[in-house]
Amino acid sequence: MLLDVILCGMILAVALAAVSGLGVFRAVVFFVVHGVLVSMAWLRLDAVDVALAEAAIGAGLTGVLLLSAVARLERLAGGGAWRQRVNVLPAGLAAAGVTGALMWAFLGLPQPAGLGAEVAAALPRAGVENPVTAVLLNFRGWDTLLESVVLLAALVGVWALTADDDWGARAGVAQHAAPGGVLEGFGRVLPPLGLMVGVYLVWAGAAGPGGAFQGGTVLAAVALLLAMAGLAPAPRVGAPALRLALVAGPAVFLGVGVAGLAWGGFLRLPPDIAKPLILTIEAALTLSIAVTLALLVLGRPEPGDGA
Amino acid sequence: MIGWLTFVAVGLLLSLAGALWRVWRGPAQADRMMAAQLVGTGGVGVVMVLAALGDWAALDVALVLALLAAFAAVAFVKANSADGAGDPEERAPDTALLQPRAGREGDTDRGGDEGRSGAGGAAP
Amino acid sequence: MIDALDGIDGLRDAASMALTGLGLAFFVAGTLGLVRFPDSFSRLHALTKADNLGLGFLALGLALQADHWGQVLRLALIWGLALIAAGIAAQLVARAALAEAARRRR
Repeated sequence: MLLDVILCGMILAVALAAVSGLGVFRAVVFFVVHGVLVSMAWLRLDAVDVALAEAAIGAGLTGVLLLSAVARLERLAGGGAWRQRVNVLPAGLAAAGVTGALMWAFLGLPQPAGLGAEVAAALPRAGVENPVTAVLLNFRGWDTLLESVVLLAALVGVWALTADDDWGARAGVAQHAAPGGVLEGFGRVLPPLGLMVGVYLVWAGAAGPGGAFQGGTVLAAVALLLAMAGLAPAPRVGAPALRLALVAGPAVFLGVGVAGLAWGGFLRLPPDIAKPLILTIEAALTLSIAVTLALLVLGRPEPGDGA
Repeated sequence: MIGWLTFVAVGLLLSLAGALWRVWRGPAQADRMMAAQLVGTGGVGVVMVLAALGDWAALDVALVLALLAAFAAVAFVKANSADGAGDPEERAPDTALLQPRAGREGDTDRGGDEGRSGAGGAAP
Repeated sequence: MIDALDGIDGLRDAASMALTGLGLAFFVAGTLGLVRFPDSFSRLHALTKADNLGLGFLALGLALQADHWGQVLRLALIWGLALIAAGIAAQLVARAALAEAARRRR
């Protein structure tokens, strides 16, 4: 109990520090710290799956993305010039309004009974033992399918910002590191371990916490490290193999869903073969999520910017 | 044992709160980054203790946190290299800064130079 | 807690408490160093002690409480990964701190 009170207090303090507007770099570091603390909070709520996702996304990938963004802003504007004072009053009022409306809506809701009992009753027909994976890929496959399409759409949005002349080049700026240096060494040591952990998380997702999203995020981080250590160049955005990897997840998911029409409805999985179907979808989704997230962090192709 | 482990988890959290002060205070970006690194490792520790207290499946969260612990630091140093895509090791270090007591003033924070970079950087 | 200290389980718990307590002590020491030390490089020095030793003792103490070898293996892997991360981050951040200090002096 004391533990939870301290944790909640720290989360609130860190969140306040992150939005209090005294320096963008400090705000970003607080955001990274916030991810670590929130993932602990999810653990205290017995939501290990969400804690895993928060640890990988909040404390991992978004930190990389935001830290690069801050440094880029400073470089672009020669330091400091872009730090214009925005009027905080309207922004603060809008945020407070949204928070108030959400609280009002939340408190007005009838006491939720939860779907735990129904999921537990249907679990034997799901093909997997982890109720979270059962909901995500079987009972509520729609949401997951559309989420995978949203990720793809986000990447298309980032790529749409590419300058005409740069189209077809390698994603992001040209990364390099000192040959034989610490960073390059890290890029050689970590990927085998990261690959193992990522694949393990996907596999473990069938029976316990884990799954395509958590595993895919870890794999994306591994791919990013290879690129950042200058060991593997980012792929060209026009490469057919890359395009295939990007759409594999949504395509396989959609294909299985359409095939379900023969069985009884869109996205219905026959209980007998539900497990192999779910594992197939998860494998394809993992690949697509990993590649999409890594490319989202790398950004649009900018071959000339690196010099 | 449960009482003791809860005590350890609370102690670790309070120790992380101390590190948060350093994230706030800085003054150098590197200081904030280091403090975040300590919060990350301490977070791994807390998650491990929570796993022993309740669900051992939580160890996987600690595994992911530990695996990605250095990523923020890597992104930070890369973003701060000359062209934003390099590595601090590509440039020879300014060894004059490593001399004992010479030229350290630019890096200390005793003067309370929060937010004013270079305020304490008088020539030695 | 104390009356449980009999037999092999009691011994195991006592060792576990001693090791996790030592780990906690290293974390507190690391934080104190991070808060109190005067410049970036000495603070970095304090930080890596907490990372390496604190987490190591914690993992060792908790491994005694594990009820499956897979958990011990995971604890060892977590500590190994944290060691690598701490070493790499310390090296890189020290370089960056040096560069930042040089920029400030200019």
